[in-house]
Amino acid sequence: MNLPNAENLIESLKNKINEMIDENTVLIGVQRGGELILQKILPSLGSAVATGSIDTSFYRDDFSSRGLKIKNKPSKIDTEINGKHIILIDDVFSSGRTVRAAMNEIFDYGRPDKITLAVLIDRNEQELPISPQICIEKISLSKNQHLELVLDENKKFTFHLKESHV
Amino acid sequence: MFNPQLNNKGNLNHLLSIEGLSKEKIIQILDTAESFLKIGERDVKKVPILRGKTVCNVFFENSTRTRTTFEIAAKRLSADVINLNVATSSQSKGETVLDTINNLIAMNADIFVVRHSSSGAAHFIASHVKPNIHIINAGDGNHSHPTQGLLDAFTIRKYKTNFNNLKVAIVGDILNSRVARSNIHALNILGVPEIRVIAPKTLLPDEIEKLGVHVFYDIDKGLKDADVIMMLRIQNERMDGIMLPSQEEYFKTYGLNQVRLDLAKKDAIVMHPGPMNRGVEIDSAVADSEQSVILPQVTFGIAVRMAVMAILAGQHS
Amino acid sequence: MSILIKNGRVVDPKNNIDAILDILVVDGKIAELNKNLDSKKAKQIIDASNKIVMPGIIDLQLNLREPGNQYKSTLESEMKAANAGGVTGMVCPPDTTPILDEPGLVKMLKNKSEALKLGNVYPLGALTQKLSGKLLTEINDLYESGCIGFSQAEKPIQDTEVLYRSFQYLSTFNLKAFLRAEDAYLSEKGIINAGEISTRLGLKGIQSISETTAINKILEIAHLTKTKVHLNKISTADGLNLVKIAKKNGVKVTCDVSIHQIFLTDNDIGFFNTNCFLKPPLRRESDRIKIIDSIVDGTIDAICSDHSPVNEDNKLKPFAESEHGASSVELLMPLVYKLSEDYKIDLGLLINKITNQPSGILEINKGSLSVNSDADICIFDPEHSWEINSKSLISEGKNTPFFNQNLTGKVSSTIFNGNIVFTGSSVILKN
Repeated sequence: MNLPNAENLIESLKNKINEMIDENTVLIGVQRGGELILQKILPSLGSAVATGSIDTSFYRDDFSSRGLKIKNKPSKIDTEINGKHIILIDDVFSSGRTVRAAMNEIFDYGRPDKITLAVLIDRNEQELPISPQICIEKISLSKNQHLELVLDENKKFTFHLKESHV
Repeated sequence: MFNPQLNNKGNLNHLLSIEGLSKEKIIQILDTAESFLKIGERDVKKVPILRGKTVCNVFFENSTRTRTTFEIAAKRLSADVINLNVATSSQSKGETVLDTINNLIAMNADIFVVRHSSSGAAHFIASHVKPNIHIINAGDGNHSHPTQGLLDAFTIRKYKTNFNNLKVAIVGDILNSRVARSNIHALNILGVPEIRVIAPKTLLPDEIEKLGVHVFYDIDKGLKDADVIMMLRIQNERMDGIMLPSQEEYFKTYGLNQVRLDLAKKDAIVMHPGPMNRGVEIDSAVADSEQSVILPQVTFGIAVRMAVMAILAGQHS
Repeated sequence: MSILIKNGRVVDPKNNIDAILDILVVDGKIAELNKNLDSKKAKQIIDASNKIVMPGIIDLQLNLREPGNQYKSTLESEMKAANAGGVTGMVCPPDTTPILDEPGLVKMLKNKSEALKLGNVYPLGALTQKLSGKLLTEINDLYESGCIGFSQAEKPIQDTEVLYRSFQYLSTFNLKAFLRAEDAYLSEKGIINAGEISTRLGLKGIQSISETTAINKILEIAHLTKTKVHLNKISTADGLNLVKIAKKNGVKVTCDVSIHQIFLTDNDIGFFNTNCFLKPPLRRESDRIKIIDSIVDGTIDAICSDHSPVNEDNKLKPFAESEHGASSVELLMPLVYKLSEDYKIDLGLLINKITNQPSGILEINKGSLSVNSDADICIFDPEHSWEINSKSLISEGKNTPFFNQNLTGKVSSTIFNGNIVFTGSSVILKN
């Protein structure tokens, strides 16, 4: 199947986010995909804006069945959260559980005024009453197909499709 | 070979001793602890991993400080904590260890943190609990204190990065120290090339060199070029004339003062499991010096204990 | 009452016999020993084909727990266990409850055991009152009541002067001391052998010198006072060297070793297995090998079981808090047989160490299949494979380091005074 052009999607996302930024904004990337996107778009966002990254490992809802699997660096939010507008950035939105975990973690750091969820792709597999306010493209995939944002040798972003065998 | 700490999938089911852990398992625990370190610096010092789980501190041997760090660690994982000072209650009424444990199991705790004055107690308890209950050994007699060994290894890694080029010296009552044994095992497994023990013969266990250490009776020789100095506590009972003549003589022959510290590397770190006997095994000034990492050890201890609990509780049958 | 034991491999070290023979038992005595005896001579026939027929075993150290607490293990249960091990002569130490330091208690024990008709009990009397190592007991009186010798069980005499005097006294009446050589101070609070294992496990160690310094003391005093002494349960190579030298120098010393020391070392303690908590402690491999060599070269005169049944509750504790000892009388002969097979040692030499030689040490006329002697016989099936577990052990004590292991070789019948006191399920009696 034809996978979308990641570079283009990221460019669109950057523009949409740029329109929303003000002095009250904090950009937070969900590891790893969201964080990679944030690092890429940050230089071209007009102003110097506060950022952070979130690793949701400790807030997942599947600890009992999956155990503790830590693949990422620890969460890093060094800036004030209270009263801010958080733009939460991620690459692919599926069931909504990762975003729920990310939000729970953010609230342990403080009380934001508003959270906006901005993603490149929505897989149309929502399982919770959570959905992105900004979404560049929607695609449908089967449950065993996994979409991954990858940085290739030319420092360009592309999407890779992986099939898992259940 | 049967390892009572692992379940049949090879995952850690109990933490009873460092002996028997692979290098990979230890590194996994240290890496996990690294992740938990940041949580202590936040406003909300909690993550919900053990929410709804119960951690029971069963201390047959008293220790407020160790018990407190386990309690903090459990609470930062959002677990419910119960403290049982068995030393003062049912044990003195003649109840056996096994009966005490069986009663506690009936209360449905998920993790038991156990401290006992008898070597092998943690192994004994672990062999009698149901498969989904996890035992953490908080110290059994002179045998093992694995979380201390892990937090000491974590501390060394923090300040020295690599294990494979270090000279580590452990000074003090090795004979009666479960901390020393756990440290020796951890450092050997992690590949520290030179581990030294420094003590008078009365405080050294039999054939200690077979555990992979170099023995020194002379502290000046033993501290030369050391990267890490681990001081052990000397208990009062040892200095009553039977094992050692006096506190003064011990400090003169084996106490860590600045002069001796200067024999080690310039950037050597000084560690101590606590509580310290200032002026007995360690000079007050040295304990408070810049080379001392004794207080950070306590902070790291909480993160390491969080890591152990999270890894154990994440085992599913 | 007559029994014919047919076709067994008869091993009788005293009389130098190792051959396929029939044995006829009549009215409690061994009547005839020959090939192809007439079956009509006997009321009962035991087919001992492919089995070993040997004298009833004389065990120099087993705890019958009588007098005792009567909690679980009783005289009857443990004598029956001994029978299941082929044992008909039982030497028990004086550390009972109460301690065997009064003639009245000894007479009671003798009467009780004789009434059971399951074997001969040879009690060791306490050498000092309450075993406290200070004042002598009425040694002569105890001897007259039935004590075969005098012991301090697990409580060595600390005061050398007391040891010296007690030996002088024993020597006056030509009586024998049965002592376990251990220095009370060096072994105090010690739990297992001092070495790498005790360091790893964090358990207080007992040095070999605890045994050797004690052996030295005992043997020098025995030499000076010309006292007969038997050293129980030697566990160290160095200790065995001392005994060998003393024997050469004419000291009247004999010694035995516990069956556990032949097969196990401190390594077998593993993850704090309380079934391996023994006194003396399990030692090193080098000690174990020396023990086997010393059995072959004769330095060791006998092998005992050191049978010590312990309630399950008392073993289900952290190691140092548990009760020491292993239930072993039923495993003595199977393990002796295993020793013969595994190390290619002549079976007759080993059977000698549990029959004829113990008899010599006790100065009784037993431990053989001589014609006209008391018919105490053990029939052993070397091919019977069995698992050691709570069901297969008859003793009330199921505490053995060999628990859940398989052994090949089991006693199939035991005869005491011409009566069959034990029969395993595999034996068929014909009339």
